[in-house]
Amino acid sequence: MSSKMILDLFGMTFFYIVVGLTFMGLGRKITARLQRRVGPPWYQSFLDVFKCFSKTSISHNYIMDLGLIMALAGLIATAYFMPVAKGWTPAGSSSIVVILYLMTIGYLGMAMGVSASGNPNATIGISRALALMFGYEIPFAMIILAMISVLGSSSLSDIAMSQAGGIQNWNIIRFPLGFLAAEIAFQAMIGEKPYDHMIAPAEIASGPMVELGGKFLGIAFLLHAVQLFVETGLMVNLFLGGASTWYEFVGKQFVVYFTSMVINTVFARYRIEQGIKHLWVWAGSFAAIQLVLTRYFDIFSR
Amino acid sequence: MDEIYITNLEKERESMFEGLLNYFRKRSMWMLYYCTGCGAIELPPTMTSRFDMERFGIGPMATPRQADLLLITGYLSQKTLKRVIRSYEQMQEPKYLVGFGSCPINGGIYWDAYPVINHLEMYVPVDMTIAGCMPRPQAVLDGFQRLMDYIQQGKADGWRRYKENYEWYKRNQDELFARTEPVLKGWKDPFAHMPSLEEVMAEEERRKGGAR
Repeated sequence: MSSKMILDLFGMTFFYIVVGLTFMGLGRKITARLQRRVGPPWYQSFLDVFKCFSKTSISHNYIMDLGLIMALAGLIATAYFMPVAKGWTPAGSSSIVVILYLMTIGYLGMAMGVSASGNPNATIGISRALALMFGYEIPFAMIILAMISVLGSSSLSDIAMSQAGGIQNWNIIRFPLGFLAAEIAFQAMIGEKPYDHMIAPAEIASGPMVELGGKFLGIAFLLHAVQLFVETGLMVNLFLGGASTWYEFVGKQFVVYFTSMVINTVFARYRIEQGIKHLWVWAGSFAAIQLVLTRYFDIFSR
Repeated sequence: MDEIYITNLEKERESMFEGLLNYFRKRSMWMLYYCTGCGAIELPPTMTSRFDMERFGIGPMATPRQADLLLITGYLSQKTLKRVIRSYEQMQEPKYLVGFGSCPINGGIYWDAYPVINHLEMYVPVDMTIAGCMPRPQAVLDGFQRLMDYIQQGKADGWRRYKENYEWYKRNQDELFARTEPVLKGWKDPFAHMPSLEEVMAEEERRKGGAR
């Protein structure tokens, strides 16, 4: 590994965190404006993270420390496979199978870390998150299968490059039902309403985060920031035509996040079994119809 | 006072970054509200559209581990105080405690009620009290801004006072909790003839051992 690549990786990690935290702050601002409030400044999440790291913290055992670090490392590693501009990735390849596989490590690390704290609320939160994962992974995998079957490549940068040349080539036009399914699944993936069962502050006391204080909570914030970057980036590369520059990429990511925050503001929370049912019935059927149309009738693809 | 000291080294290190860190602490206060009395009803209007507490970075949090600010929103009975102390001790430092209304200050209208404590600051360190019965959202926001000034100046050091004077606080708490013991002496326990849990478990263990 050359020194330039190491520098790239550190720089990109910083970039992911800055973009993710800015999005989180802007998301709170958007929610506030929709509720006719002034809202916190856009840099509020940075203040929160710095404050969290300035506090003392309690660790229950070393599994808790390691689990959270593993989650953060897993998510940052996922982000390295995300094509940012013109198909360039820090990791050099961008197989979508690797991305979906590595993304799970983040959740599993979080699950391991917070379950070690022994708080029942944390365990309930994690079981809800993993149950919800069954709900959204299946529709999402079906859409990706449809795209791979058309393009013949599982590289995310190939998928992004294949949409070059204008809006009419974007997958949001070529796979409209698939986009609808992915948008529903995306809402569950980033854990916003109506699929925020995992956090549910009034119900299970913020779920996995219940026992995290001080620096651990800071790490949880960074986790969420990187997670936002990865998941919005996935949507941009799959449906919104990728990007030729990094600021175009971040702009498109923000459009995806903005939509999600607006949906988050106007909806209430499903119960967990309603949520999974909704994901399977609606997102699942849209994705299945899209897969059949693409694979056997070749209607939307070209 | 033999367990906890703040060493000179720590003080030295704090003085270097304290100004900067205090800025972050004051701009991002997460609160845990202990809804004991009528003060909790003033918080929803303070948080929502009209008065919008979030523009100062103040927001609700679900558990003591995550929170910086413990709000005692009204009168405290002796038994509730136990839970408040447990919650306060679970919070991570630096932490601040705010008493709402006149009840935590001097008992308020409950000053002569037998189960209600009159002076909160004898049992836990109070960083700020907001007068009123109850304080309106304007007063709450004004109080929080005053607290932000105190945090910036380093005056809101209740958590440090609690550690330094823990013996005094603990003695006051113990004196109070001694009064929450059952009053009736010599009452007949209706379950006295039944074996205790330890005895049952020991019996179980013995039988299992015998079976093997």
